[in-house]
Amino acid sequence: MSDIDLNGINNMQFDVLREIGNIGAGNATTALSQMINARVSMNVPKVELLEFKELSDVVGGAEKIVVGILFTLGGDIDGMMMFMMDKVASMHLVNILLGNLQQAEPSESTEFSEMGLSALNEIGNIISGAYLSSLSSLTNLTITSSIPYMAIDMAGAILSVPAIEFGKIGDKALLIETEFGDMDNYVNGYFILIPTLNSYSAILKSLGL
Amino acid sequence: MNNTIKVGMADANVCKPPDVIATLGLGSCVGIILYDPVKKIAGLVHIMLPDSTKILNNANKYKFADTGIDSLIKDMVNVGASVRNIVAKIAGGAQMFSFNNNLEMMRIGDRNVEATKDKLQKLGIPILAEDTGANYGRTIEFHPDTGLLHIKSVGKELKIM
Repeated sequence: MSDIDLNGINNMQFDVLREIGNIGAGNATTALSQMINARVSMNVPKVELLEFKELSDVVGGAEKIVVGILFTLGGDIDGMMMFMMDKVASMHLVNILLGNLQQAEPSESTEFSEMGLSALNEIGNIISGAYLSSLSSLTNLTITSSIPYMAIDMAGAILSVPAIEFGKIGDKALLIETEFGDMDNYVNGYFILIPTLNSYSAILKSLGL
Repeated sequence: MNNTIKVGMADANVCKPPDVIATLGLGSCVGIILYDPVKKIAGLVHIMLPDSTKILNNANKYKFADTGIDSLIKDMVNVGASVRNIVAKIAGGAQMFSFNNNLEMMRIGDRNVEATKDKLQKLGIPILAEDTGANYGRTIEFHPDTGLLHIKSVGKELKIM
């Protein structure tokens, strides 16, 4: 039986979901590393079942200013994928890619240039594409993704969007979260995969569980 | 010594001076302040969805505009507020991502605000101040001693209403 009950996920299911995060984020991190030509490491993915009020703590507080790039997923699974970076870190990333010509010294109050924003969107696209394609080939499921939607704002406000989707089906959100960063911790952020409940079942089933 | 009482998503609390009550990083959710100016008792509920009757899993009353307001009023009455004194201030309901299709889920911020207003109107609770919609997040903090709502957003001046 592959039905999944949010409050009664067994260890096996947790392990499988963690492994999915590992493979997806591994590919995404490699893509990022190639893009900036530097070593990027990632931590062991966390599979967490969170109450909504705890949700923004996962990325370091509700008021932290972050760049969130959101993709809605379709095909055999539904849900959302979010690529989230600290605003200053994302400016460093854009500067590495475009050279320092594009914008002033990164800080929370600096605005992105038009070019910077566009580059960031593209980074989100490539990285989440790497994540999702590895997930797709692992599970043999068709996974399509929307164009990237970007917002730069408080983490809590950005996370409210996927949280509301989860709110429709339960009182908790299950997410697969991976933190990444380069050696100097200049460029760090999170991949957050948020499938709907039915999609978790589809993923586990496709793997024979 | 005043404390800030923090309210998370799908959660609520009540507050008396000198404490203040706040919710951080409101996005498409709506923060509803109910206030009894006579007793100086304030309540804040951070709702995520408009309507509990459309959702099967509705155990958490504070998740919805309709049941959230009802429950918050009860909580306030329990600590001494009078229903007939209660007034409201609301904030939030932003559209955080500019989705280019008009799916229902994309308008959730607007729908949360509409449902909140409907519910308050049904209960005859006047809305004294409102900062809703647009596309940015808000941190709100209510001071029950002055009855003022402070609203902070990224790159914008502090609003007091």
